[in-house]
Amino acid sequence: MAKIIVVTSGKGGVGKTTSAAAIATGLALRGNKTVVIDFDVGLRNLDLIMGCERRVVYDLVNVIQGEAGLKQAMIRDKRSENLHILPASQTRDKDALTLEGVEKVLMDLSEEFDYIICDSPAGIERGAQLALYFADEAVVVTNPEVSSVRDSDRILGLLSSKSRRAEQNRDPIKEHLLVTRYNPNRVNDGDMLNLDDIREILAIDLVGLIPESEAVLRASNQGVPVIHDDKSDAGQAYADTVSRLMGEDVPLRFQSVQKRGLIARMFGGGGRR
Amino acid sequence: MRLLDFLKGERKKSASVAKERLQIIVAHQRGHRGQPDYMPMLEQELLAVIRRYVKVDQDAINISLDSDNDCSVLELNVTLPNEGEAAKS
Ligand SMILES: Nc1ncnc2c1ncn2[C@@H]1O[C@H](COP(=O)(O)OP(=O)(O)OP(=O)(O)O)[C@@H](O)[C@H]1O
Ligand SMILES: [Mg+2]
Repeated sequence: MAKIIVVTSGKGGVGKTTSAAAIATGLALRGNKTVVIDFDVGLRNLDLIMGCERRVVYDLVNVIQGEAGLKQAMIRDKRSENLHILPASQTRDKDALTLEGVEKVLMDLSEEFDYIICDSPAGIERGAQLALYFADEAVVVTNPEVSSVRDSDRILGLLSSKSRRAEQNRDPIKEHLLVTRYNPNRVNDGDMLNLDDIREILAIDLVGLIPESEAVLRASNQGVPVIHDDKSDAGQAYADTVSRLMGEDVPLRFQSVQKRGLIARMFGGGGRR
Repeated sequence: MRLLDFLKGERKKSASVAKERLQIIVAHQRGHRGQPDYMPMLEQELLAVIRRYVKVDQDAINISLDSDNDCSVLELNVTLPNEGEAAKS
């Protein structure tokens, strides 16, 4: 049985797709059979971030409507054989997804994969609700900014009431906080909510902290999930996040301002020793 | 650092204003969690009715539904404005 993880946020543009792509890739690189599904019907993006946009033939809606099989619609990632992508439709509207259809797809995938990552559309309407309904765990992507935090709290409300686990009175969805686009400089200046404040307000476990990073745009330009850029801060922060999702206890990085560059550190460190 | 903060002035840092606002918003949202879907509409309509008779603020109404084993209680709290300032002290 696969573990189903939804990447969700309520607010748009906070980094769900970036995070879903990085997390799915990271899980696959760690040896897990992983599939990442784009639930953003009508506005697909995941294929671009994953760099497989030219290989899309069929999509999630085709599968649900019986126009293509799962095997035909899934795209194998060119860098990791453990990773598959199920794209969203670019043309249909959101109503093309049905609860029964989504359930069938997830059940079929469950038999073959270890992890199913669902990239949710923004909002709290039907599309977002479908993406989270069958989840076992949720990664709630939050930016250090009032509207994002408020929307994350709305999503937490949905996770605890409008999911299958909630409706069947099973163990609740495991909620993880993923803070992204964090800028320690602005936090220091007192102009950005700090990590502890966000954690205190939302009161769920932290799974990762992703700094605001130039590497993210570079990665999306190239269609290579940022986690492959293992020299970058964002790439490393996502790798840590994946470790924590897999149950490992790794220390938090990138919370404070990186004061000195490598050279300065070499000289400074040498002098003090 | 402290001196610098001081020189920058007494103005409250925007992040702490954000935090205070969020704490209020989130407490309010959580109060509504798990309630039936009709509650927001019910609240709006009740407020509209009350406003036909008394001038109250948008957030002067507080509605909640508590369920015990065998009965549910719909509680409605409306803060009415004071009749003149004398009542205040
Ligand atoms: N850590 C980061 N540092 C810098 N830029 C980032 C970071 N994370 C995301 N971005 C940028 O933010 C934008 C939105 O990201 P993304 O598409 O992942 O968000 P989303 O939540 O999926 O959006 P939507 O709600 O539209 O689906 C992109 O331009 C992306 O490059
Ligand atoms: Mg997206």
